[in-house]
Amino acid sequence: MGTTKTVYSICGMCSVRCPIMVEVEGDRVVWISGNPHDAGMGTALCAKGIAGRALLDDTERPLSPMIREGERGAGRWRSVSWDEALDYVAEKLKAIIDQYGGRAVLLSDRGGPFGEYRKAFLKVIGSPNYCNHDVTCAVSVNHAALSLFGFGRKTFGYDYKNAKHIVLYGRNILESIKIKTTKAVIEALDRGCKLTYIDPRYSVTASKATRWWRIRPGTDYALNLALIHIIIKEGLYDKDFVSRWVNGFEHLAKFVEEYTPEWAEKETGIPAREMYVFCREIAQDAPHVIFHPGWMRARYRQAFWESRTTYLLNVLLGAIEVPGGLFFMKGPKDAGKKGLNPIGENLPKVEEKRADGAGWKYPHINKGPGLLHRAFEAIRTGEPYPVKAYFVHRHDPLTGLPDPEAQVEVFKNLDLLVVIDVNWSETAKYADVILPECTYLERSDLIATQKGLKPGFRIRTAAIEPQYDTKPGWWIYIELAKRLGKGEHFPYESIEDLWEKQLEGTGITVEQIKEKGFITLADQPIWYDRSKELPFKTESGKIEIINKKWEEAGLPCLKPYEAPESPPKGKFRLLFGRCAWQTHGMWMNNPALHPYLKENVLWINKQVAQEMGLRDGERVVVSNNGYAKEMRIFATDLIHPEAVFMLHGFGRTVPQQTRAYNRGVADQRLEKGLLDVYDPAGGANALCECFVEVKPVS
Amino acid sequence: MAKYYIYHDPTRCIGCLACEISCMDWKGLPYGEANCRIFRFGPDLVSGEPDLTFMYTSCFHCEKPLCVEACPSGALVKREGDGIVVFREELCIGCRACITACPWGIPQWNRNVGKIHKCDYCVDRIDQGLEPACVTRCPVEALKFVTVEEASKLKRMRWLKDTFGRPVAPLAQY
Repeated sequence: MGTTKTVYSICGMCSVRCPIMVEVEGDRVVWISGNPHDAGMGTALCAKGIAGRALLDDTERPLSPMIREGERGAGRWRSVSWDEALDYVAEKLKAIIDQYGGRAVLLSDRGGPFGEYRKAFLKVIGSPNYCNHDVTCAVSVNHAALSLFGFGRKTFGYDYKNAKHIVLYGRNILESIKIKTTKAVIEALDRGCKLTYIDPRYSVTASKATRWWRIRPGTDYALNLALIHIIIKEGLYDKDFVSRWVNGFEHLAKFVEEYTPEWAEKETGIPAREMYVFCREIAQDAPHVIFHPGWMRARYRQAFWESRTTYLLNVLLGAIEVPGGLFFMKGPKDAGKKGLNPIGENLPKVEEKRADGAGWKYPHINKGPGLLHRAFEAIRTGEPYPVKAYFVHRHDPLTGLPDPEAQVEVFKNLDLLVVIDVNWSETAKYADVILPECTYLERSDLIATQKGLKPGFRIRTAAIEPQYDTKPGWWIYIELAKRLGKGEHFPYESIEDLWEKQLEGTGITVEQIKEKGFITLADQPIWYDRSKELPFKTESGKIEIINKKWEEAGLPCLKPYEAPESPPKGKFRLLFGRCAWQTHGMWMNNPALHPYLKENVLWINKQVAQEMGLRDGERVVVSNNGYAKEMRIFATDLIHPEAVFMLHGFGRTVPQQTRAYNRGVADQRLEKGLLDVYDPAGGANALCECFVEVKPVS
Repeated sequence: MAKYYIYHDPTRCIGCLACEISCMDWKGLPYGEANCRIFRFGPDLVSGEPDLTFMYTSCFHCEKPLCVEACPSGALVKREGDGIVVFREELCIGCRACITACPWGIPQWNRNVGKIHKCDYCVDRIDQGLEPACVTRCPVEALKFVTVEEASKLKRMRWLKDTFGRPVAPLAQY
């Protein structure tokens, strides 16, 4: 049995990264639960988090560095030592940098609080080309926030627990689990908070809602315009808040005049009278209301405007910096404390333009995470300059971005494709080199800042040593930097050295953080005085109805509504989503989770199915432009007739994942031709802008 | 005499499977074969209204446990004091008589070891002052480990709260 210990750490089974408590006996993890020191969390943990122990025992993942043999994608690998793998990558990288410059290197990841070393690595080799996964997530939401407030989406948090009415647009908050949020929403509902859920498909979240609007897919913007119309026309808005903080309200009022609820009823299928009832009801609960602007809103070309008008509904109802509404996330500075130090020493400034055009070709697009689909375009065309090396860090574009076949074609222009992951990703199959990262239970990471009403720091600490020949990400990049002669920027040998650097001058020790896994820098929640000191970062210091940056790029902030096309007979708009025990196509092969859902099914409207002569449970062929696969249907009244729905992440093609291999249908493979289809104002891929054909199995 | 009860609140439950995975993980059961099981009704229209409801099922720890009566090897025993129907795997002969006897389909087959398995409220955890694994990790506190008396009260309060849509409390506590 050996010695026992308790480690407070951070989960790594999805991008939410919930606080966890890990119990260890000898070299074995025997129990993982939520971190009970965090009151909002308790010992709760979701199915994926609990399955972390099964991940440790799963040998169907890369367990040592591997160099490809044969053609890309041939699936033949040679296990090598870390020295050989890193030397190999460094040598290839050197040749690319010598010939094309550091800018020829692209890296993408899933963002998050631990990635500072990856961005620093790009800086030391002179590349501006860092991208995260956000083009298939919240990048349009982020730009909607930037256009209104001058800051990104993460500046606002949501006080669900004290809300009186929560409004969600396909934000499946009870299945895309973020434990503290999910728990707070359930608490609020139990207390009598109302929930309006807007989605063409019924979900668990819909099942707990006071009102479910089965909206016609792609018409959220029409609904919002009509809601704003009612709220302004009936004078239901917060006049004090609007007059103090909104710049250009009159433009909005004039713009929505023509968008009546009666008009929106025809677009959305939602009865106009229900819209009136809703607005009057929610105005009673204002300002303790939350219209969630969306998280995964990379669905339609109009995503920016959908999200922007959602934010505006919060603004009109005064739900900003108020309990039960949206609040500013406070940092260490707000608590009068020093923040973490950057880890890179004397990092050079990279002046180079980004290959994806963010910040120059697309001046309204934020240079931070950029646009990965435009970076792919640069790889394909060599414009504005050649991009020849691509590091994919715990990200899986061939699962997340649409049309993997088109992406594999793009990758043919690369001289080097490196995948760093704990798991077999679809992208890893096409890698030249796989550098396996150890799991989150075997890995310590950088200390992270936790913003919120009570800001603080938190830490992920390794519970056990790596069980296989795998390494933490920070170590991999520092070793690569050393091999490229850039070691002086990272004078660290261990994670302890990095922690020490981060905490220098903060007056806080790593032991203090480790004691509970986090440390809070404020005793009381910090609220700004909303009558005078809200820190909007726009030119006017107010919320901008019209933002010049977008207008100058030819993208009107108040864009006239464009109706989505209706699918022709026999075709459907493909919607996708997730369930509570799978995420991002990451754990289909997890031994504990796999038995629960081996294949996805296709939701289709019952009446439509009947007209097509299809019975519930029957197998059909779903196809689009060359990709066709069989799956079972679930015929139900609870989905809009124009749409079909499937869970994302199935149809894996990596044979090493024997459990998940070839099971179910990959929605991204049906999204043919969508790699270059995106929301021009917000940048997100428009993943629902395609129709699929459904036919009985002949 | 039975003392404990796992109370499940379908109004809070989000059908996330955490309870099943938690059980399987703690008990070391074959993947997919938890002692507790969550079932769903729906999603479907019920009297014209959309509905999706989850139900948690596990051992009831009967006062007159038919599984115990059927067990020829003494592997299933009703524990003195708290009435938990415990399972001693080392005594199980794999005859499956309990599967036939139990009216609720509670005992299940462990294909890894050729014996049965069933919920014992994680008796080892309870004896340490902890709660059953399913309850401990439920993300939304839809499961509660309570005395049987408390369970009836909780259920009545849930019924009143859902019927009248207002917070409800026992009369005397104000």
